[in-house]
Amino acid sequence: MTTELRGKSAIVGTGHAGFGEAHGLTAYDVMAQSALAALGDAGLNLSDVDGLLCTMMEDSMPALMAAEYLGIQPRFIDGTMSGGSSFVNYLTSATMALDAGLCDVALIVYGSNQRTASGRLVTASRPPAYEAPYNPRYPISAYAMAAARHMHEYGTTREQLADVAVAARAWAQRNPEAFERGPLTREDVLGARMVGDPLTVRDCCLVTDGGGAIVMVHADRARDFPKAPVYVLGSAAESSHRQISQMKDFTVTAARASGARAFAAAGVTPAVIQAVELYDAFTINTILFLEDLGFCAKGEGGAFVEGGRIAPGGVLPVNTNGGGLSCVHPGMYGIFTVIEAARQIRGDAPGIQLKDIDLALAHGNGGVLSSQVTAILGSQNTL
Amino acid sequence: MQDAKRPDQFFQRALAEGEILLPKCDDCGAYHFFPRVLCPHCHGSAISWKKASGKGRVHTTTVVRRKPERGGDYNVCVVELDEGVRMMSRVEGIAPGEVAIDMPVTAFVGEAEGVPAVLFKPSEG
Repeated sequence: MTTELRGKSAIVGTGHAGFGEAHGLTAYDVMAQSALAALGDAGLNLSDVDGLLCTMMEDSMPALMAAEYLGIQPRFIDGTMSGGSSFVNYLTSATMALDAGLCDVALIVYGSNQRTASGRLVTASRPPAYEAPYNPRYPISAYAMAAARHMHEYGTTREQLADVAVAARAWAQRNPEAFERGPLTREDVLGARMVGDPLTVRDCCLVTDGGGAIVMVHADRARDFPKAPVYVLGSAAESSHRQISQMKDFTVTAARASGARAFAAAGVTPAVIQAVELYDAFTINTILFLEDLGFCAKGEGGAFVEGGRIAPGGVLPVNTNGGGLSCVHPGMYGIFTVIEAARQIRGDAPGIQLKDIDLALAHGNGGVLSSQVTAILGSQNTL
Repeated sequence: MQDAKRPDQFFQRALAEGEILLPKCDDCGAYHFFPRVLCPHCHGSAISWKKASGKGRVHTTTVVRRKPERGGDYNVCVVELDEGVRMMSRVEGIAPGEVAIDMPVTAFVGEAEGVPAVLFKPSEG
């Protein structure tokens, strides 16, 4: 997104459904419940939706399935599938579509029942041909190899990785919507079952059900809705590879580029961001993204997160809902980074509500550190 | 030579005969992997095949933990060959946890999931 689109669109509704276990519901049921929740939040009906932005894990034409299920006939549709980053990426296309008059009410929506359906990642994606024979465990092995390389180059420790999970849990413990709210110590993480060295099961995100939805309109009418509007000040994407074996530098993600362009579009710097919502599929993600987005220097992410510095009361509020590590992770988490950032700005966060939040960052990750999308959201005060 | 214009098939057939060939761009001279119909560096489409040196180093590595009754733990790694290309593989002949970043390794053609595959063993000396 360029500066011309800064503040041209706004989030006027957010919603979610099926967090944790959604027994007896299909992924599309959870998707639809999420849509109804977000539209209710915005004071709108499904019949008002004329733009649909959606992807699901189940099949290859999910946006069409979703439109059919919802009983709507959208005039603008985007089903771009870049993994969990897709939903942050839709902020850009929704803004463009709203500003061009291609639609008036854009609905971004997702749902999954992967926990109750199978207990593991459900995906229609096929293993890459030149990696599949070696049986990497998708996607854990990829992130484990990124973590191993970061430890090798920068001396990042397993204790520092563990502290990311401990901080996420501390936020989740104060969030009644979070799935995992029991106590978690550094020792618990280190002593948990190893799944892909150096990552234990507690370095990995949850496997839950759940869905989320976001309603967006053009900024010109954003103040006509029940909740305070949250403006999209900047959003930008960059993709670097699909297969982990093709990642050029395992310690640097495309978030460096997506972040720089999102900040430039919004006209702000990391120093003024008050809440940071990152896609933490694995503990290494948080460290990589804090570095690549400019919250600390490359290689210093381990020290940056150590000892509660990103936990409640720390130096930077990161993943204030508990993140994918402790709040919810239904296959793709990206939409929840936007929802939590928006709610912090609106002042109705489900867990710890930070004071006077005007600027928040949402960052989506897709594939195996493959697709990075950064969005800067702001209150009315930031326009 | 018609085969050489079908990159995946050409690579796999050579592998089945015990030979590891790497695609090299005639225009910019750089190797690439995986095989494809163009050079990902300069986007030229004149590609030749060269016998791989087989020498490389472990760029990064992990142990996939698996219950003993299901076959036990195994290594997954990414190796950087001396030609400058990287590929996913595994190092055999040592415990999966003994595979270390920067370890020199040598390629051989083995079998993975019932198909011929490039595997590695620790280099000697």
